[in-house]
Amino acid sequence: MSDFDGEFGRPRSHIWDREQVLASLLIAPAILYIVVLVGIPFCMAIYYSLSDATTGSQTLHFVGLRNFQAVLKDAVFRKALLNTFIFTLVSQALVLVLAKILALALIKDFRGKWLARFLILLPWTAPIALGTIGWMWMLDSIFSPIDWLLRYMGLLGAPGALLGANSNLYWLGVPSLAMLSVILVHTWRMLPLATVILLAGLTSIPQEILDAAEVDGAGFWRRLFQIMIPMLLPIMTVAVLFGIVFTFTDIAVVYILTQGGPVHSTQVLASWAFFKGIEAGDLAQGAAVALFLFPAMAGVAALMLRLARRSEVA
Amino acid sequence: MASLRQIGRRSSLYGVLSFFALFSAFPFFWMVIASFKRDHDLYTLKNNPFIFNEPPTLDHLHHLFFDTLFVRYLINTAVVGIAVVIITLVVAVPAAYSLARWTGRWGENLGIGIFLTYLVPPTLLFIPLSRVIAVLGLQESLWSLILVYPTFTIPFCTWLLMGFFKSIPLDIEEQAMVDGYSRVGAMVRIVLPLSISGLLTVVVFSFTLSMHEFIYALAFISSSALKTVSIGVPTELIGEFFEWGPLMAGALIPSIPVAILYTLFLDRFIAGFTVGAIK
Repeated sequence: MSDFDGEFGRPRSHIWDREQVLASLLIAPAILYIVVLVGIPFCMAIYYSLSDATTGSQTLHFVGLRNFQAVLKDAVFRKALLNTFIFTLVSQALVLVLAKILALALIKDFRGKWLARFLILLPWTAPIALGTIGWMWMLDSIFSPIDWLLRYMGLLGAPGALLGANSNLYWLGVPSLAMLSVILVHTWRMLPLATVILLAGLTSIPQEILDAAEVDGAGFWRRLFQIMIPMLLPIMTVAVLFGIVFTFTDIAVVYILTQGGPVHSTQVLASWAFFKGIEAGDLAQGAAVALFLFPAMAGVAALMLRLARRSEVA
Repeated sequence: MASLRQIGRRSSLYGVLSFFALFSAFPFFWMVIASFKRDHDLYTLKNNPFIFNEPPTLDHLHHLFFDTLFVRYLINTAVVGIAVVIITLVVAVPAAYSLARWTGRWGENLGIGIFLTYLVPPTLLFIPLSRVIAVLGLQESLWSLILVYPTFTIPFCTWLLMGFFKSIPLDIEEQAMVDGYSRVGAMVRIVLPLSISGLLTVVVFSFTLSMHEFIYALAFISSSALKTVSIGVPTELIGEFFEWGPLMAGALIPSIPVAILYTLFLDRFIAGFTVGAIK
């Protein structure tokens, strides 16, 4: 162990050299792990997308952009691309507004706060695959309690009722309702994360500033829009960026809830890449579909980086 | 009369909170009800679905634990989770220490670089990784998950621990080194004991993140006996018999303990996410 020590009396630069070696040694396993199991697979994904790889074949042939051409011509792919953007943007817009309201409520002190916090955090803290199963039962074509409630209120299932005379809405069986359901579950899932991130930002605003503004006669809305939101901007960006990353690349919600159906109406890039690449065994086209996730993710990463840099300077 | 306004504020606060708590927790509340409801009660359309119209039953739980592979899934999840925790600690602790003490442009860029790999989505990597797993002969083995899950736990935990180590004053270590400890000795005997809460956070998150993971498990494992709860419950319990009661119980039981653990440590998780954005 004493090898790493700078012995007493040696020139300082020498000690520093050894520290440098030690620092590199300590970090090497982490970098190795990431290069081998993230870096190399990432390059393989690009290579596969330019080849004719399938699960069965051992040999690869370079085919240029043929997979991308095939994928782009595919109507299901275009639907999946559009859906990925719709689901992400709509759910994140909802999340941002709701999280703001919820964070403003949760920052107050009240009795039973731990319980409220636990319940509100559940969609994020419980595994999403399991939470989605609860939704599956709630959106069931026959036993949906939402439908039951609507029937009970007379909005559904009677002749002339507002939502139709059928006894059920078939949430996951009608394209528009299935899309709505997916958006709803994504919103439900990401709301807690955005809320706690905003909450962390809210608590970092010095109370004196808000008090001073109140004394000067600024009302709630004025304080909200002219002090809180501007001061929260960096952290709101963080919340939205993480929300985008997690929603954009999620597969569990669509896979469990709808399997991309009915008739591909809720297909997203992640699920389509899975069905093509793993279930149909076409690694090349699956990789090509998944690669469309990359530009959006790279954009998000670049924004994050700028944010991190800027606050380092500040 | 001033208190009237206060009461108004309070009740609107509770109103907002109750609405959100209901929205967030409802699917889980729904699981609780379905887990204990008799089949006849569950499948009678006229019954009010929100209450027990017939006395509750333990049949679904019995069925889940004794007639399905549910216990197997729990064991698999625990095995994978514990192995991932160990690998993450072994790799992330030295890396984080190195990044925390290695000041200068290079060290900082490396730190941010490692964090950014957390953002490379599994959805992009599962196709080539499925080939890597096949080449290594690990398909249909829990080892595939144990090998791959650290790709997201290591970056996140390194980043988290780096913050912890940075908050420990350099003086303490230097003093220890003057007293005759080597650099590594000072890290093991002085810095680590001071970062127990950070290490605990890493343990909790490596475990919960492995438990949450879905797509790698879905892509690499297809034999029923090797599935984790995240894929076993939604694929097998539905496939086998499609009975809502046991399925809901199977979704509920693993969710609650992991949610409690996660909630306890959530503030540290958020601190890891927001380093840099709050000053």
